[in-house]
Amino acid sequence: MATKGKDAQSPLPDPQAQTESTAALLRELVAHLRQNRTQLREEWARRITRAQLLTAMTEEEIFAEATSVYDNYVEALETGTFEALQAYARNLSERIIPRGVETHEVVGIVLLLRDVLARSLFGKYHEDFDKLNRILDAYEPAANRIANTVAVGFVQERERIIRQQQEAIRELSTPVLQVRERLLILPIIGVIDPQRARQLTEQLLRAIRTNRAKVVVIDITGVAAMDSNVANHLVQTVEASRLLGATVIVTGLSPEIAQTLVTIGVDLSEMATVGDLQGGIEEAERLLGYKVLPLEELTPKA
Amino acid sequence: MEVPILKQGHYLIASIQSALTDADLSQLREALIERVGRFRARGVIVDVTALDVMDSFAVRTLRDIAHMARLRGAETVIVGIQPEVAFAMVQLGLTLKGVSTALDLEEGLAFLNIQTQLRIDRGPGRLDRG
Repeated sequence: MATKGKDAQSPLPDPQAQTESTAALLRELVAHLRQNRTQLREEWARRITRAQLLTAMTEEEIFAEATSVYDNYVEALETGTFEALQAYARNLSERIIPRGVETHEVVGIVLLLRDVLARSLFGKYHEDFDKLNRILDAYEPAANRIANTVAVGFVQERERIIRQQQEAIRELSTPVLQVRERLLILPIIGVIDPQRARQLTEQLLRAIRTNRAKVVVIDITGVAAMDSNVANHLVQTVEASRLLGATVIVTGLSPEIAQTLVTIGVDLSEMATVGDLQGGIEEAERLLGYKVLPLEELTPKA
Repeated sequence: MEVPILKQGHYLIASIQSALTDADLSQLREALIERVGRFRARGVIVDVTALDVMDSFAVRTLRDIAHMARLRGAETVIVGIQPEVAFAMVQLGLTLKGVSTALDLEEGLAFLNIQTQLRIDRGPGRLDRG
């Protein structure tokens, strides 16, 4: 702090010269970090273990990752470009996210490295306070930016994976199945949000047209809770299917859901409901003019 | 644009070919109701496969056609509503209550065959599906 005050009084160097000196300082810094690579890297790995970060990985793995992170870190300091580091961070995240590594651990280890390196700078320049100050001035913005880049890369990768999985769950969770000629079933499992309800309806309507369905059984046994929004979506789905000439039977309303619907006063009078999926399919078969009989009843009695 | 109305047995088939103005729709309504009497039709099919938009006036007119034709002794079925149109309609609350619908022309004919057969068997007044 004291030095900063002194700086303010002395005339400021022109920006050009300042950039040059920053570059020179960074070069000196990088040389120092390269020279003490082994020792600093070990110190860092030790501190990671001590802070109980990356517990999902073995010590050898931590050391191997630490080595490449260290090299990338020094390279980013040297070149001042972060693209390579960004790509590496993304690649690293891709490998360690499935292992259960948390965001705080990744941010934690990068900050630890920053501290380890800053400590070593203190050690090297403690006799020349002014030089130390200037070195830190050059080092800190770059180091902060590196920490930022790695953290953002990790979070972005994580978000990408989450989005991908959400998409996969959505695709998987709304299968429209044909069980008989002109009879579709749509088992709904999980939470229905407006987006999913919309997608579900669209998928069902398309399936009705392609399969020329006359009856659809929507089974909501797997839906844990229902509020007025979800109920209205369901009513809309039923109405839209009717416009395409298909009758909808809703099955599997749990006692809790039935109670909720009555309590919140959703009008389900337009909806045909049957207790369970079996009953629903039987009702659908009746509508379609099928009758399922045991074989012995079909064979003429002697 | 005028909508062609075809007579097929006991049924009238109006096949809408392009987007219609409100005046066209009203004209279709008048023409259909008049012809239900003239041809002693038992059923009316309105095919809307070509429509990719259905506004409140169109929905109201279709409903009016169905109700008026029923008063004149013919059952109406709307066929060929596209999935996207159906979805948009329910979102807007335009649900064609009390009007029969079917997937396409073939389904509509099958539906009318059953309905008019029922009418002969049971007499009028018990036809409402919705």
